[in-house]
Formats: sequence, C-alpha cells, structure tokens
Amino acid sequence: MPAADTVGTEVKPSRLTAGERARRTARGGGPRSAPAPLLAPALVAVAFLVLPLIGLIVRAPWGRLGPVMGGSDAVQALTLSLWTATAATVIALVIGVPLAWILARGNFPGQRLLRALVTLPLVLPPVVGGVALLLAFGRTGFIGRYLDSWFGLTIPFSPLAVIMAETFVAMPFLIITVEGALRSANQGYEEAAATLGATRMTVFRRVTVPLIAPSLGAGAVLCWARALGEFGATITFAGSFPGRTETMPIAVYYALENDPDAAIALSLVLLLVSVAVLVSLRDRWLRGGSVQ
Amino acid sequence: MIGERSGGLVVDAEVRRGGFTLSAAFTAAPGQVLGVLGPNGAGKSTLLRALAGLTPVANGRIALAGQVIDDAGTGAFIETSGRPVGFVFQDYRLFPHLSVLDNVAFSPRSRGLGKGAARSAANHWLNRLGLTGLADRRPSTLSGGQAQRVALARALAAEPALLLLDEPLSALDARTRLDVQAELRQHLSEFTGPCLLVTHDPLQALVLADRLLVLEDGRIVQEGTPAHVARQPATEYVAKLVGLNLYAGHADGPAVALAGGGSFIIPDHGQHGDVLVAVRPSAVVVSSQPPRSSSARNTWPARVVGLTLLADRVRLDLDGQPPALVDVTPAAVADLSLHRGSEVWLTVKATDLEVYTRDH
Repeated sequence: MPAADTVGTEVKPSRLTAGERARRTARGGGPRSAPAPLLAPALVAVAFLVLPLIGLIVRAPWGRLGPVMGGSDAVQALTLSLWTATAATVIALVIGVPLAWILARGNFPGQRLLRALVTLPLVLPPVVGGVALLLAFGRTGFIGRYLDSWFGLTIPFSPLAVIMAETFVAMPFLIITVEGALRSANQGYEEAAATLGATRMTVFRRVTVPLIAPSLGAGAVLCWARALGEFGATITFAGSFPGRTETMPIAVYYALENDPDAAIALSLVLLLVSVAVLVSLRDRWLRGGSVQ
Repeated sequence: MIGERSGGLVVDAEVRRGGFTLSAAFTAAPGQVLGVLGPNGAGKSTLLRALAGLTPVANGRIALAGQVIDDAGTGAFIETSGRPVGFVFQDYRLFPHLSVLDNVAFSPRSRGLGKGAARSAANHWLNRLGLTGLADRRPSTLSGGQAQRVALARALAAEPALLLLDEPLSALDARTRLDVQAELRQHLSEFTGPCLLVTHDPLQALVLADRLLVLEDGRIVQEGTPAHVARQPATEYVAKLVGLNLYAGHADGPAVALAGGGSFIIPDHGQHGDVLVAVRPSAVVVSSQPPRSSSARNTWPARVVGLTLLADRVRLDLDGQPPALVDVTPAAVADLSLHRGSEVWLTVKATDLEVYTRDH
C-alpha cells in the first residue's frame, strides 16, 4: 500500500508564487502575511490613528495659512510655547538627571516609593497636577502664601507658572529615560575611571554622562515635546492670558470656537513639530526594538 | 618576607563577595611579577578587586608601599580613586567616547593636570609603548592587541605603585597573543612596583611571572617559583595545567601506597608520610604484553578509555590502578593497534617519579 494512504489527513499543497519563493529563499522564515484574525483589527487601528491626521491636512486652509499664522496671537502663542518648553526642559535636565542618578544608583530606604512618586505625573491627569500646583504655589497655597508675603512673588497665571506646570508633567519622561540608561550602562567603565584616580563627580562628568548621552538626548527631546503639548496643568495653574500664559495648545482650543481655520493652522504647526521630534528620535525608536 | 615599610605589597585578608569568601596571605616585592593562577571562580578577580579598593576586605589588612590601604580592624580604607593602583581589565574598558590619547590622558587629568599637560604625559606613554600612531583613534577601531597595549599605557600613565593585570591576553587570538606576550614581558620588567598578573593559562604564567600563587576555592593552595610549581604541583588542578599525572599517597621508604589504589616503587630516600607523586605523560611506556625483564620498577595493567590527538602525539587516557594520561606517537598507536578498550601494560622507571611531601 502507498505510504500516503496510511496518513490520517492528507495535506494539499498550496501554491507558492515565484516571488514569494524567492523571498523565503533569501530571508528565510515562513509566510509573511499576518493571520486574518490579526490583520483586520490592525487595519482598524491604523485607520483610527492616521485618518484624523489626514483630515487635518485635507481641511487645512492652505490659501489663508500666511495671514492666519501671521496673526500676532498665533506668533505670540508659538513663541511662548517654544521658550517655556525649552526652559522646562533645561530645568528638568538640571534637577531631573541628578534625581535619575540617585534612583538608579542609590541604595536607601524608600527608594521604590520615591520612584513611584516621581513617575506619578506620568499617569496623573494633567489637570489634577494643575490643581495640585495651585494648592501648593497659589496665593493662598501652603508654599505660595509665604512666597507672596515674604518676597511679593505671585506665581499663578504667569509665564513662570507655565514653565512649572510643563516641568511637573514632562520631567518624569526625562527621569525614567535617563534612569533606564543609567541602570543598563556598563558600570565597568566607571570602575575603570575610579582606578585611574577619578573622583565620583569626575566619573559622573567625564564617563557616565558621555556614555548615556544618546539617552539623555532622547529623554530631553521627549520631555520638550511633552512640555510643548502641555494643556491641562497649564490652563489650570497658569490660565490663558494671550501673550503671557496662552500656549499653542490653549490657543488651538480657543481658536476652535472663534476661528476654526486658525485652529487647524495652529494644529498643523504642532503636527509639524511632532514630526520633527519623531525624525530626531528615529534612530532610537522607529527602527523597532527596545526603548533604552 | 617583605616588611610593611618596603615598597612591596603585603596582604593578609579575607574578602567576601556574594556567598564567596577568599582568604589570602602573601607578599609581593617591588619589581616582582606575581602570577595568580587558578580555575574560574577560585577568587582571582575578587583578589584584584580588593587590591583596587572595588571590594573592601571583610577581615585583615592590605598594605602597599608601607601604607595601609585597607584594614578591617581599624576601619582604615583608601578609596579606589586615591589608591596608587593601576588596573588592566580583562575587557580593557577603554572609554568608547574618548580617543586613545584622551583615554591615556584620563588619569593625569583626574590627578589635576591641565588638558595640555595631561596630553603630553599621555603622548610620552604612547610613545614608550609604540602606540603614537593610534593617538587619534577611537577604541572601537582598535584591534584586540592594540586595545590591550592602550589599556596598559592608560594604567601605566597613572604611575601606579602596584599594577594589576586581569587575564591581559585572554581576549586575543593565538597569534597576537604571542606577540603581545613578548612585549608585555618587556614592559613588566621595566615596571618598578609589584605586579599581579591573573591568568588561567599556565604557559603565560610560566613565561611572565617571577613567582606563582595558585588559588583554588578561595584559598592559596601553592606558592613558589614557576619551575617549582611546574615540577611539583600541589593539586590535581595545577598538575593538569602543567600536564602531569599527580597521585596522592603514603610513602614508607621505597614504597608508596596510592590513595586511589595501586602502588609505586620509588628511589628510597627514607621518606615516610603523606606524599605526592608527579609523573610526566611521556615518561610512561605502553606495551601490549607484560614486559618480561626491564630496569623499570613499576609495571601495571590498564585499559584505554580515550585517545586524543595533540599535535604530533596521541594522549591516551588509561584506566587502571592507578589511572594515567600517557603520551605516545601516532606510529605507536598503529603498531600496538590501540583503540578504546585495548588492554595494555604501563611501565615507568622509579627515577621518573617526582616524589615530594604534601604541604596541605
């Protein structure tokens, strides 16, 4: 009896096109196409993410872009957003990187709790952050009260408040990126530096920081982008005074009521900035693999 | 014995790392190259880390050049950055973001020299080690041998009082290793302080070291000149490294009863007590018949359990009372038609047995 008849179920050959055959020969591996139950939901996800952005581009008042963008409000909002986001990033670098080092390398009681607290703003609704800032630094807040009576310093509804709100929300992005890099960095280099007579601060400055520079850059860009898009905490803590505290996202929100074309134009600018951020991070993230 | 006031290294300490404990007491004189030999996990790296201050001692003390650098009793401790100790790591650890020149200038800069002065100091060392042409290169573009030399230059540029080399040649391919080894020998002879060279390559230890320290399971099992260690290995591990058969036994005049079964007749020097017997694999003669008459005093039957081709010889692994590793020519294997399971007779002259008392 032929052997085939003894097999319970007969497997019918499918057709492998010449192209597919060549692809599998060259790269190895099995079928390229996704299984159908995965493919359909994946396509829905793509449509959901991409279609609104296409709508934005299609609906943009391309003819009126110049006048809309030239309006002093838009330029003011953009300028304010750019410099406050930059200031927030600088502050996050100055105080966030040392904190990241302590979280990554320190060994003290409450370290896990501290890490959880520090990363809380990542998951906290920004508007809650704004309320919290207001309660702390507002005129009657438990810190703001003294700033007001001792130094005559009123923070809420000032550009400083914008920077503080943005730092509060965006700094954790920098901290977790840098902390991850510090954890995975090869500490052998730091040991080698110590045997060469470098003090701990010299090791940090001349070895640790240069070694984690790519992650430091990525963390800073991420932090800056998050600060640029900050809305909830900013409007709660800093309000929306044109030229003083009205940042781009807030300007977009108000423009949508009065002048939808202006809102779309401003959104386009933010979209452009976001794309620029992605491009600057492309080497790290768009190639797939792990975030480090 | 080296006094603590001399320029040497004096160690009498216990170091704990994880669940492992190393206890070691030894000295190294200025200018001496002390080879530290031992299997993986014996505590070689732990010893170097303690000397560099990367792991503090749990008990005892370490003194270098007349100064206590770590003392668990008094609590005295000099941090790694303050110790005059140069460390060449097994994986070199050259800073990837700095050029070769700046890697070598790292230590002079850390010790307070300005950029220009540090670089000229670095140039001096690059020049001395014949690396001037590599000054502008990044470590990632160096070959293994070049990286090894740069790592040595970087350690020497710190002008240390003690030099530590952790498996300095293990990352190199066989050809480069010989070149670098010859060079390293020269550089080590120019170094004026004590030098510890960790290796698990016995040949390297024999060529580079003035004295050997054998570590096993966190303790020193043998210490002596390379010639002494090679002739009279104290443990199975050392015997295997230097390629000898080693038997523990009990001597009683001309007879040694071996601990693992069997016995040897040895030249009678009136030896009594626990001894070790070392036998070169090439000193043992293999024959297919019991030798009828010969001057050799030791003859015993054995069975071939393994054959390995080693360059121009075949090493036979033989099971018997006692078992032995024996080297024969490939021609002999053919003549005696040896294969796994062959029954043979082994013969060794009493004068080819190296008999010495067991210290441990």
